[in-house]
This record gives sequence, structure tokens and C-alpha cells, in this order.
Amino acid sequence: MCLGIPMKLVRVDGTVGTAEVDGVSRKVMLDLLPEAAVGDYVIVHAGYAIQSLDEKEAKETLALLAGAGLLEGGP
Amino acid sequence: MKASVESFRDARTVEQLLTEIRHLSPGRQIRIMHVCGTHENAICQFGFRDLFPDWLTIVAGPGCPVCVCPATDIDMAVRLATDRGAIVATFGDVVRVPARTTLLEAKATGGDCRVVYGIDDAVEIARREPGREVVFFAVGFETTSCTTAAALRRGVPDNFSVLCSHRLVPPALEALVAMPGQGVDGFILPGHVTTVMGIRDYRPLASRCQIPMAVAGFEPVDMLAAILALSRRAASRERPSDPIFNAYGRAVREDGNPVARRIMDETFERCDAAWRGIGTIPGSGHRLRGAYARQDAQRRFDMTPDESIRDTHPGCLCGEVLLGRVEPEDCPLFRSHCNPDMPLGPCMVALEGTCHARYRHGRPARGRS
Amino acid sequence: MDPRDVVTLGHGSGGKMTHALVRDVFMRRFSNPALVAMGDSAVLDAVGAKVAFTTDAFVVSPLFFTGGDIGKLAVCGTVNDLAVAGAVPLYLSAAFIVEEGLKIADLDLVAASMAEAATSAGVAIVAGDTKVVERGHGDGVFITTAGVGRMRQGAPEGPGSVRIGDAVVVSGPIGDHGAVIAAHRSGLALEGFGSDCGAVTGVVDAMYRAGIRPRFMRDPTRGGIATALAELAGQAGVSVAIREADLPVRDGVRTVCEILGLDPLYLACEGRVVAVVGADDAEAAASAMREVDGGEGARAIGEISAPTSGPVVLRTRYGGTRLYDRLASEQLPRIC
Repeated sequence: MCLGIPMKLVRVDGTVGTAEVDGVSRKVMLDLLPEAAVGDYVIVHAGYAIQSLDEKEAKETLALLAGAGLLEGGP
Repeated sequence: MKASVESFRDARTVEQLLTEIRHLSPGRQIRIMHVCGTHENAICQFGFRDLFPDWLTIVAGPGCPVCVCPATDIDMAVRLATDRGAIVATFGDVVRVPARTTLLEAKATGGDCRVVYGIDDAVEIARREPGREVVFFAVGFETTSCTTAAALRRGVPDNFSVLCSHRLVPPALEALVAMPGQGVDGFILPGHVTTVMGIRDYRPLASRCQIPMAVAGFEPVDMLAAILALSRRAASRERPSDPIFNAYGRAVREDGNPVARRIMDETFERCDAAWRGIGTIPGSGHRLRGAYARQDAQRRFDMTPDESIRDTHPGCLCGEVLLGRVEPEDCPLFRSHCNPDMPLGPCMVALEGTCHARYRHGRPARGRS
Repeated sequence: MDPRDVVTLGHGSGGKMTHALVRDVFMRRFSNPALVAMGDSAVLDAVGAKVAFTTDAFVVSPLFFTGGDIGKLAVCGTVNDLAVAGAVPLYLSAAFIVEEGLKIADLDLVAASMAEAATSAGVAIVAGDTKVVERGHGDGVFITTAGVGRMRQGAPEGPGSVRIGDAVVVSGPIGDHGAVIAAHRSGLALEGFGSDCGAVTGVVDAMYRAGIRPRFMRDPTRGGIATALAELAGQAGVSVAIREADLPVRDGVRTVCEILGLDPLYLACEGRVVAVVGADDAEAAASAMREVDGGEGARAIGEISAPTSGPVVLRTRYGGTRLYDRLASEQLPRIC
């Protein structure tokens, strides 16, 4: 079973695209992410982009963890 | 984004999170369960169980879709290849799971079975070989089901059909919670299933059972952040307003991927389904609905499951392992008779199977000894 | 397709057509006095007293891949088996089983590649044979080789001579070849690296020139570095402790592994040496290898320890552990 990993969309042709990370690239189907655009980071699973990664959210999570007391005020 | 991804692997952040976890003193054993084979793989990969305090146990639940695929389904796939002359295409690990035989063994004796990376590769085979029937053996949780739905929606040739063995996680979680003596103090929710389905479907259960839940990604920081949050909540027995902590905010939204959810609703209806070693869980399977029923291989080939097939080898404890009741090391067959080169049960076959991951990476679930 | 451009069953008959094919492809490419004599055996006079002798077979699919081809693999694989035994590789033989319909131009490319690899490794291909099988009964071409080398002074004494505390050194990033083949099979395109297919004679010579006598060497092909080290552990009655943070792995290889669910420690290398040297020689060995072509990225990665929880114990970058044992059934078929 091939595992979902974050990859960058480097090409979009309608519902088919090319995703790339560290010099490894693959054709990826975009039916599940019709709004996907070149430059987006997406999770690719079994040949499909299943969700896009939100950079802002990533930074917020990291900021939360970096704060003194880690996750203080959180859950 | 690339830099961010690296940050979720940062060794210093990992050390800080581990220190925070070790500073908790809950005064009792805390047992957290995940339901995702990739989470088990990640934990073993990072060697986390060596580093957790003694009071913390992370146990693997039924999170490996290949492991829970019923032997009767595997057998139908084999029969489609050997008796019905179909090309059976599926994911890599599935071909080594034993029923009466494995798909790989069927291939060695003439059955046409091919490993594919995704359903589109199988559709491609059908287009290239119009004179043959091609069956995609669809195994996987919602992360994979949405790709099956998307491919069918795109349109497939007439000689293509799907043997559908997809499963859903929330009903399994319901069943787990309802089992007496589970003793789970927190659940780590599956990272990629929730990127597709969102968190919404878990809320009713979370409110009802009051067991803390956290969504985790797969980098070491992701996992520890979720484990820290769950350990804190379990230790303090507090009831926060939001029973589900989303530690994977960059990929998981409340409603997941609405386009994917809609496509899945159009393609599948829910049905009761068997989980290998566990039994039938209501509403936990997908069946092709409406116009897509034409692509249902079981219907097309008029296949009936052979109920006489045993799910597990005598002495195999895969069922108990899948429920988190027993560690792989407690199974008498583990290592001595059952290993990745000669697997007796499904948990040892799949890369993400609990027994396989534990065999390769080798530590028991009880914290540091 | 012009029939003169492909190998036919006639080429396997042993008669004029065979003679012409051998002359135009193999003799032209492998030219050396022993071969030109075209006797049934090559008569060789440089061998000396103690001889290393090896044989190997190559069935890789695809025949041509980024960084190499079946020919280069055949020469380097054989040369490497001799080099890690502590021999100076001298002579190779190569027998070809060719499938009817293979383009002669492709066979010529393979032969050219072998000639280049042989020259680069300082060996001569002195004997050969050619057979042709019907279409569908082969896969382009299979190559079987044998190789002969002269044992050098201070050749490794084998697994029994490793000592607890000895260092484990690797000559470069692991898993490149296996990742390239896996990527090709799964429709992943790669940029920035190819197979590490190559001769290890350079890095082995570098160690000896630096005055280092490795106690043990292996070229980690099928089963990867984990299998090679697990075998050593079994033969020597020790464990091997590796540090994940020191293991050289290319980002692209890591990514291929993440996508396909593979482990770089189990992926084949085709141009690497893993060596056991005295603890004090670890840094000198790595730095000697880094000075030569094929040794870029050489690192000390671990050490020999008393037997413990498994043959190979890896310390993760976060301080946890993972165990490795031999990979008996290959995850990918036909990789070399």
C-alpha cells in the first residue's frame, strides 16, 4: 500500500498534474482537488492528490510547539 | 513548506516533546491506541517505544486495511484470477496475504495477478487489453476509497470492474469503544483518513464516550504533539470543550476534503462488513451503488464468498493483536514460526501490519524497561 | 524493422552468423591479445600464486536505466566481488544469452558499456560465448560472467577476524541502485541521481594506499547494507550497531522509499563497499575513500558490538532503536 506523502505540484493540465519532491516526480490525478494550482503542496496517495497542505497552519502548529511549555493553553 | 516539513522532523523539538511527556506524572498506566498502520510504522521507525516513560503504552488497533481484509475476499480475488481468467490488479502487500493460497502463489501457477500503485494503473491495463476482464481488488480505508470513487467517476472501460473491500474507520472505533475491558485512555485518529473525511464523523463518538482523541500526522513531531496532548488530558481527566485535538492542522480540516466526500457519497453506500480476526462491524464497509454497481466484480462474476475458509491459522493471535489486546510478542507463533518471509497471519504480511512492524523494528509496547 | 538489425536464431547457430556477430560486436569492443587468439580457453600469464575466482549472473530489467545498464552492472558486479575479497581484478569472461529480436544496436551499446567499465576497472574480458533463444524465452539479454583476480597482500581475513569495537565504514550513499529500479517500475521519474553502478576498485585501493587493512569487506547488492551486515553478524557471532544519523542516504532515495514503502537499508547498492576496520582507522578509511571517484560521501556509520538483541541494531536519530536482519525474499524482482 503506498503511503501518502507531501509533494509539490509542478504542473497542472486539467485534472492531471505532476507532483515532485527531492527530484522524484510522478503523474498525479487532481480529480479530488479541482482547485489545486502549480506551487501547491499536496498529499499524494495511490496516484491521487487527496488534500493540500496549508503553510499557514504548519507555521501555527510549529509556533504553538515552540512556545514555552509546549501546547500550553492548547488542549 | 519544505522547510516546515523539516521542522516537523527536528531532533531538538522531538527531544523537547519527549521531555514534556516524561515530566507528566499521571500516577497510573496510560494506554493510548492508534488505528493506523502508518502510525505504527512511524512509531517503530523512530524507535519511540524505547523513549517513552514506563507509564505510557501506545498500542496498535485495527489500522492496517490489508490485515483486516477477510480471507473470503482474498479467496474471491484468487478465484477470479485462476478460475475466471481475469487479470486481478491490486496493491503490493495484498498479493502476499494468505487465504487458501495467496494471490502471488496463484500467479506462480498461472493466475494473472498484477501489482499496481493505484487504481488508474489497473484501468490502464483494461484499456490496453480490451479482450480481457480486469478486476481491481480495492483494499483500503477512506484514504484509498476516495481514489477508487474518483477513478470510476472519470469513466472506465466495460472490461473493468472492482472487487470492493474498502473499510471505514469510525464504525471500527465505535465497536472498539463498545468492547468491554478495552481500557483505552486516548485515541490517536488516523492522519490521512482524516485529511479526506475530516474530523466531523468522530465527534459524536468523542462526546459520547469522553475518551480524549487527537489527530496526528506522520512526522515525529506530529506524533509526539498528539501523544503529549492525549497524555495530559488522560492524566488530568479534564474535559476540555473540544474533545478532539487536531495536531495535524496543516492537512486536516473539520470537513476534510468536501469534493472527495461528495464523490464517495455518489459512488458508495455503506454496508455491514467483516474484519479479519474481529468479525462483522455494522456499517463499516463500502459497496458500489447506483450506476456504479455495474462495475461490481462480485456481481458481474456472480461470486459467492466461500464461508468455509478460515480467517486465521491455528494458534494465530492476529485478531487479538488487531484489537490491541495482545502484543505481537505475546503470540506463540511470533518470530519462531511467523515472520515476514513466512507469514502465517495477515498482521505479519502487510508492511504496516502490527506484527510485521514490530518484527522489523523490535520493541514491546510497554514503555522503557 | 530490417532483419539485419536484430539478433536472430541464426546468430546462435555457431556458424558464420555467430562468427560475424561476435566479431562485429564483442571482439570489436573487448579487443585484447588473449581474446583475439580466439581459443577455447584464454591462456593467461599474469595470475601469480594465489587466485580469487568468482562467477555471477545478471538478469536486470530494464536493460538500460539511469546510471547504467546490464553490461556495466555485469562488469562492475564481477569486479567488485573480486575487489572486496582483497583481490586485484584481472580477467573476466562473459557469456550472453540473447533473445531473438533484440536490436543489434542495443547489444552493441551493452558491449560498449562493458568495454568502458572494464577499461576503467583495469580488467580485460578474455573469453565469451553467445547463444540465442527464441522470442519470448529470454528478456532481451542475460549475461553470465566469471572473474579472476590476484590476491593482494593484507587481503581481509574474513568475518572471523572482526573485533568488538571495530568500526564499520561505507563508501557512499546507500540504496541508489535499488531506488532507481524501484522508481522505474512504479512510474516515478528521477532527477539528480542514478544507479551507483560502478567499480569499487578505486575506494578499496585508496584504503590500502592509506595503509589500512580492512578486516572484512562486502559489496552490498541484493538485500542492501542491512543484509550484508546481518550476514557478517551471523558469521562472526557479533552484532553490528549503526547510527542512523551517520548513514548517508540521498534525499531522492529517501523519498522513493517513503512513496513506495521501502527501506533504504534493504535496497541494493551496485558500486559501494561496506568495510570493517580497526576503530582507530575509521576516520582515515572514510577520508581516504572520499578522495577518490566513487567514494564521495564515505562515512563511518557504526561499530561491531557484542551480540545483543539482533544482528543489526540501528540507533534512530531520536535515540530509539530498530532491529534489522537478513532480507531473505527480495522486495523487488530482477534488480540485478
